[in-house]
Amino acid sequence: MRDQTAVPAPRAAEPSALNRWFKTLLKQKTLIFMSVPFVIWIFIFKYVPLWGWLIAFQHYRPNLTMFQQEWVGLEQFRFLFSDDTFIRVLRNTLVQAVIKLVLGFVTAIVLAILLNEVRVAFFKRAVQTISYLPHFISWVVAANIISTALSIDEGGIVNEVLMRLHIIDQPIMWLGVGHYFWGILGTSEVWKDVGWNTIVYLAAMTMIDPSQYEAAEIDGASRLQRILHITLPGLKPVIVILLIMNLGSILETGFEPQYLMGNGMNADYSENLEIFVLKYGISMGNFSLATAAGIFKTVVSFILLFTANSMAKRFGEQRLF
Amino acid sequence: MANTVRPAAEPAPQPQQPKKMHKRFQSPGDRIFDTLNVLVLSLLVVFTLYPFINTLAVSLNDANDSIKGGIYLLPRDLSFDNYKYVFKEATIFHATLISILRTVIGTVVTVFCSAMVAYTISRPEFVLRKFVTIMFILTMYLNGGLIPNYLLMRDLDLIGTFWVYIVPGIIGVFNMIVIRSFIEGLPDGIIESARIDGAGEFRTFIQIVVPLALPALATVALFTGVYQWNSWFDVFLYNSEKVNLSTLQYELMKMLANSNSNSSMTSASAFANSANSSSNFVTPSSIRATMTIVASLPMIIVYPFLQKYFVKGMTVGGVKG
Repeated sequence: MRDQTAVPAPRAAEPSALNRWFKTLLKQKTLIFMSVPFVIWIFIFKYVPLWGWLIAFQHYRPNLTMFQQEWVGLEQFRFLFSDDTFIRVLRNTLVQAVIKLVLGFVTAIVLAILLNEVRVAFFKRAVQTISYLPHFISWVVAANIISTALSIDEGGIVNEVLMRLHIIDQPIMWLGVGHYFWGILGTSEVWKDVGWNTIVYLAAMTMIDPSQYEAAEIDGASRLQRILHITLPGLKPVIVILLIMNLGSILETGFEPQYLMGNGMNADYSENLEIFVLKYGISMGNFSLATAAGIFKTVVSFILLFTANSMAKRFGEQRLF
Repeated sequence: MANTVRPAAEPAPQPQQPKKMHKRFQSPGDRIFDTLNVLVLSLLVVFTLYPFINTLAVSLNDANDSIKGGIYLLPRDLSFDNYKYVFKEATIFHATLISILRTVIGTVVTVFCSAMVAYTISRPEFVLRKFVTIMFILTMYLNGGLIPNYLLMRDLDLIGTFWVYIVPGIIGVFNMIVIRSFIEGLPDGIIESARIDGAGEFRTFIQIVVPLALPALATVALFTGVYQWNSWFDVFLYNSEKVNLSTLQYELMKMLANSNSNSSMTSASAFANSANSSSNFVTPSSIRATMTIVASLPMIIVYPFLQKYFVKGMTVGGVKG
């Protein structure tokens, strides 16, 4: 008996809850006008392209519609992994990613600590402002500057300095020797963004309780000990969360510096996944293969992001989500 | 008023205290540390600034004289011919116009749209708040990839138009989060009192929120402006055949590509010969230096003035994101 009376009750409540919801919706129509058009925009520009992933399982021909395409299953992926170019591109992507991650983190943390230890406020501010500068120029400008600095012509300052110091006897064509490329790329990335990457660490350092430093100083801790035992532990949460965020995008090694500084002589070391996609997709018109390579990258990124996040959870650290 | 309106996540402004302590006791170890620190940071400043100063010097030097080399910090034979030549060149002049146009329009549109959506998802009573937020946040991890995006632009008929620079980027999710965090840090009373006074949502947004959120908007404007000004890849990908839609960065990129392909034969005299035909004497390398300066100067001039804001924006958005 009770059940019978209980059942219709929610049914009666349902329309009224829905009603109330619609009423609020109506009342908030301005907010809706202000946001929903952009949801539609983001749906078209960010979600619709996901539909394009289907291309990777087809033998895509641009003049046919999605449904007229020939379906080939995993053939594109099979081809990718049997392709020597792809394997080499994968190797380059991984090496470039690891160099970028490790070098990027270490240099930014070291620079932030050094800046934090500067006692003359004016000097600190000047160095900070100058170190942000290369972040605001494009990779086109940066690549121009770098390739000029590395050239063997007049104005190639790197060769000039090294020759003056008698480290080398004759100018080296830095961008013409393949196995120099990873080092050049890593250095260029540090040069461009090390200052910028210190911002978050410097902000985190202002949160460290100054009384900790005072107590350590009274106890006779040296500068280095204070850095190692107060500053670094204070940065740990920020470092962990940035590591997670960066692991998720580790394969996003970028392609601008590789594309702009790459050439036929260093292609074996400079070409990464994104350049592979560009080359096969846009230049050669093999849309299916290029999309398959892109999907591979995204899937690996997702796995890495979730692994890093759950690892951070297990170790009791802050995490992203 | 301006002092009371600060985001909640503001770090406590108290780093002066330890500074006072440091000054009193200075062990020899401390002094060595300080000297080394200043030395290392000065070296960083030199590495960061030298390439720009050198490029500037070359661009202001007579092209004929530059071939002899040996220009470091100052032009030896001051001449503005390189700049005159660059701006007389119709393609480059037009490309500069397009660069300015896309930077101005793109920045205004993106800042306005991002701020509007950020406002709606900062309203706790908004019924679609969760839905809208998730729709946007998810896209930070989902990416269709190069080929599907290219096909979308093709299907939307955006290829070969100016709008392909603007429409795909009208909202940056990261930017939106920066603005939202800032709005959420505003005292509740301000927005509530405007509503009690009878202002609608849109008026509250325009008249109350926008003026108060100016620091966050300035940050986003800078990020967007830098992105728009520095972009070359979308020009390359979508509009490489449209000369009248080319941008400064893309023109510079083409010059770099030319010099890269020449670099296998590398001789300053070959450059000189190819440029001899033009009316005032310029060389590709001096033009390249001039273009590099023109393409980077606007951002270099603007960013130091906004430093206070973007540092805050990076801190809020970078960790919370």
